[in-house]
Amino acid sequence: MAPDAIVLSDATTADGYLLVLAIIFPVIGILLTLAFGGRYVERIALVLLLAGLVVAIAIFAAVLRDDQSLVYIVGNWKPPLGIALRADGVSAAMMLTIAVIICAIGLYARGEFGQSQATVPTRASYAFWVLLLAIWSGLNAMAVGADLFNLYVALELLTFAAVPLVCLKGYEETIKAALRYMLFALLGSVLYLLGIALIYGAYGTLDIALLSDRVRPEPIAWIAAALMTAGLLAKTALFPLHLWLPPAHAGAPPPGSAVLSALVVKGSFILIVRLWFDAMPGLLSFAAAQLLAALGAGAILFGSVLALRQARLKLLIAYSTIAQIGYLFFIFPLASGDSASTPWSSIAWTGGWLQLFSHAFAKAAMFMAAGLIAEAVGHDQIADLRGIGRALPVTIFAFGLAGLSLMGVPPSGGFVAKWMLLSATVMEGQWWWAVVMLVGGLLAGGYVFMVLGKALSSTTPPVLRVSIPRHSEVLVLAVALCAVLLGLVPLQPSEFLTIGRPDIHTTALQ
Amino acid sequence: MTSGVLLGYCGAVLVGLGLFGLVTNPEILRKILAFNVLGNGVFLLFGVIARRGAAAGLGADPVPQALVITGIVVAFSATAMAVGLLVRLNKVSGQTIMTSDDPTNSGK
Amino acid sequence: MTYDLAFDISLAGLLLAIALWTIAARTNFPAIVLFMIYGLVLAIVWVRLSAVDVALTEAAIGGGVTSMLLLGAAARLQGKNVASEQLGLPGRLAAALLCIFVTAGLAYAVFLRPEVAATLAPMAKENLAESGLGNPVAGVLFVYRALDTLLEKVVLLLALVGVWSLAKDEMWGGIPGLRVYAQPSGILVYLAQVLPPIGIMVGIYMFWAGANYPGGAFQGGTVLAAMWLLVMMARLQDVPATSAPWVRLCLVVGPVAFLAIGLSGFVFAGSFLGYPEGHAKPLIIIAEATLTLSIGVTLALLVAGPPERMPQR
Repeated sequence: MAPDAIVLSDATTADGYLLVLAIIFPVIGILLTLAFGGRYVERIALVLLLAGLVVAIAIFAAVLRDDQSLVYIVGNWKPPLGIALRADGVSAAMMLTIAVIICAIGLYARGEFGQSQATVPTRASYAFWVLLLAIWSGLNAMAVGADLFNLYVALELLTFAAVPLVCLKGYEETIKAALRYMLFALLGSVLYLLGIALIYGAYGTLDIALLSDRVRPEPIAWIAAALMTAGLLAKTALFPLHLWLPPAHAGAPPPGSAVLSALVVKGSFILIVRLWFDAMPGLLSFAAAQLLAALGAGAILFGSVLALRQARLKLLIAYSTIAQIGYLFFIFPLASGDSASTPWSSIAWTGGWLQLFSHAFAKAAMFMAAGLIAEAVGHDQIADLRGIGRALPVTIFAFGLAGLSLMGVPPSGGFVAKWMLLSATVMEGQWWWAVVMLVGGLLAGGYVFMVLGKALSSTTPPVLRVSIPRHSEVLVLAVALCAVLLGLVPLQPSEFLTIGRPDIHTTALQ
Repeated sequence: MTSGVLLGYCGAVLVGLGLFGLVTNPEILRKILAFNVLGNGVFLLFGVIARRGAAAGLGADPVPQALVITGIVVAFSATAMAVGLLVRLNKVSGQTIMTSDDPTNSGK
Repeated sequence: MTYDLAFDISLAGLLLAIALWTIAARTNFPAIVLFMIYGLVLAIVWVRLSAVDVALTEAAIGGGVTSMLLLGAAARLQGKNVASEQLGLPGRLAAALLCIFVTAGLAYAVFLRPEVAATLAPMAKENLAESGLGNPVAGVLFVYRALDTLLEKVVLLLALVGVWSLAKDEMWGGIPGLRVYAQPSGILVYLAQVLPPIGIMVGIYMFWAGANYPGGAFQGGTVLAAMWLLVMMARLQDVPATSAPWVRLCLVVGPVAFLAIGLSGFVFAGSFLGYPEGHAKPLIIIAEATLTLSIGVTLALLVAGPPERMPQR
């Protein structure tokens, strides 16, 4: 057995059925709303959001308690013939983050897409709830999927739910943005499928755990991995394949932008990590890892500089997403292959995932805050947001907290994440990434303060078109606080995030 | 050279052709067509792998064939959605080509 | 050179020629017609690869409903192809180089075949008897990898909701704008009267036979969808409103039945999407029957497009 192979139980564990529920609950919601002609769509969606949150908490608790992954063998057919579902520490933490953010977005969206009575809903509100449920199902399926083709179907589910969300408002620019997103996503899917074909042809299975044992560093594995990664990078909008993201995320309605930037782009990222770290562990060479991190560095610099030049708030936040996604790719050189035997690789692993979680909370809070601001003053031109801090203090405070996480300022999850990544870069001698991270942090500070400065300038506040209910502002603050709360995580490699990983990666730091 | 390998090379060329069409043709409908050609090339590669896996009295390995059937249906849904977006865009703005917009134009 | 190989070489050559012509054609209509022919030739290629189920699916979906969808779109697009937006020569050269690179890599991967092909055929075959099915592809779709099929059905429904969401607000729940022929020509009405009874029988047979022979719910459902579209286009039946209860019911009955059978597996077979001993085949047949209906309605509505007018009260 290869040293990096994943050794996991290949039988259904006691609480494994929860994994099935996590995928199926949103599907039940979609089918129910279609059957009822859309009448109770908001209620059904909210009930299922709550149920899904309970399931996510249960999965997290089960993984914590058992200190091993949850496994479910679907239909009692073991891989390679059948499909397995696996939730390791990272999956459980991911699903909990997804559940909390989607519930928050669901509550936030009641303002724009709520139904007052059980009447026939409008197009936008019906579509929004169905798409939100579908995105959740797709994300859960990606978090627990352990079969490459099953992950492909989940990826398509995610894409088909995300694209109509972009053009939900129906304006010309949003339709253009949705079409561009669709074309990039289609290219990405087809390249991924091509890689799967080569892998099946060479190794006869698509199960990730079995592949970790069978894959050898040979040309066909390289070609397949390159194709799949290229396709997934297009979906994650990593520089230079990021062109579709800013107009798409800025054009969606505010709850849509929040879920797209916070969660949907991370779905394909999880798949890239699963591919290189789980399915083909021996394959990540120094050169490949440095290339991925170099693209990440490009994303940080390019995205941050462009964010500084934006006139519209939502576009600024979208470019900030491009930049923050770049940080995630430092996981490849720091937690992988060559560095795997040093203790610093598990700190990099923890740091990378913390960056993902804290960015998810922070970005969701930012887009929700931007949505409230746009609703209140009727536009999102940054130059005309003078003094809005007086009119919407809670919202601007939440925006500021989220910004702290993006900059990497304590106390925040972003600070802990970036600190861990920085320590890993310095200790492993790859100090050039540290420079990029510090510059990125400075630039992030630049664009966050650009907005905050305007908002807190002490001229008279603008007249609000619509009054914003206090509970919406508090909800945004709660999400931003989650990003800050992640900063209370101790500055050491997380044992939880290493549950289910091969032993090499669990060396803790003294 | 057996027929399987020949059709495999054929699939590889189809992938290249489809990719070229997807990237270069500015008209969106043609991009969608090229995507379908590309997808079918990928499925053909799967099919060659299935044929190579003939064993136990079966003419081909059924697992890749089932994956291709799923893939064909998913590709059709993708085409339907892309076509829907294209027709709507055309109705709203009259364009049929993908322009390289500067995404910083104003508007909500 | 044997006859088989000669036939395959000419088939491959034909396929490549048609594909090249499709990509390089100057206007939309010829490109789409060529694509339809491409789908049908590809179906023959699938038969050569001993993949008859796939051949049926490709002929029905690729050569059938996809082409219908694209033709409908091409008919609706207005606006001219602006030649100035064409990618310049250096751009096209770079793209061509990239594509040649990808093709070369793939050809190399095809060339590098392992000594013993890794295959799941023996495992698939020996477990097939347990479920009572005779068609191994149906076994993979509904027994071994049933989760993929369930999720794929959700993807189909989601694509439909996505397409419906493109309607204007006022038209939500209305009638899709499928192009029907106001003065149906003689031949269209004749075909729409003669073909559907045969087509429906073929579709139902395809689903029924799919348990033991090539065929199945997807292929049968697509044929049913095509027949329904033919009848609607010839104005022998009205296009239904998307909010009509019977439409919604037909859309969900398949996934709901399949999901219910899957959930009952928790109780009766110890696992989600597992089948109890001896009862696998009847349950699969029920699931496939309802799925055939749902797939038929879903595919037809996907071709019909988003709602464009409200029904007259």
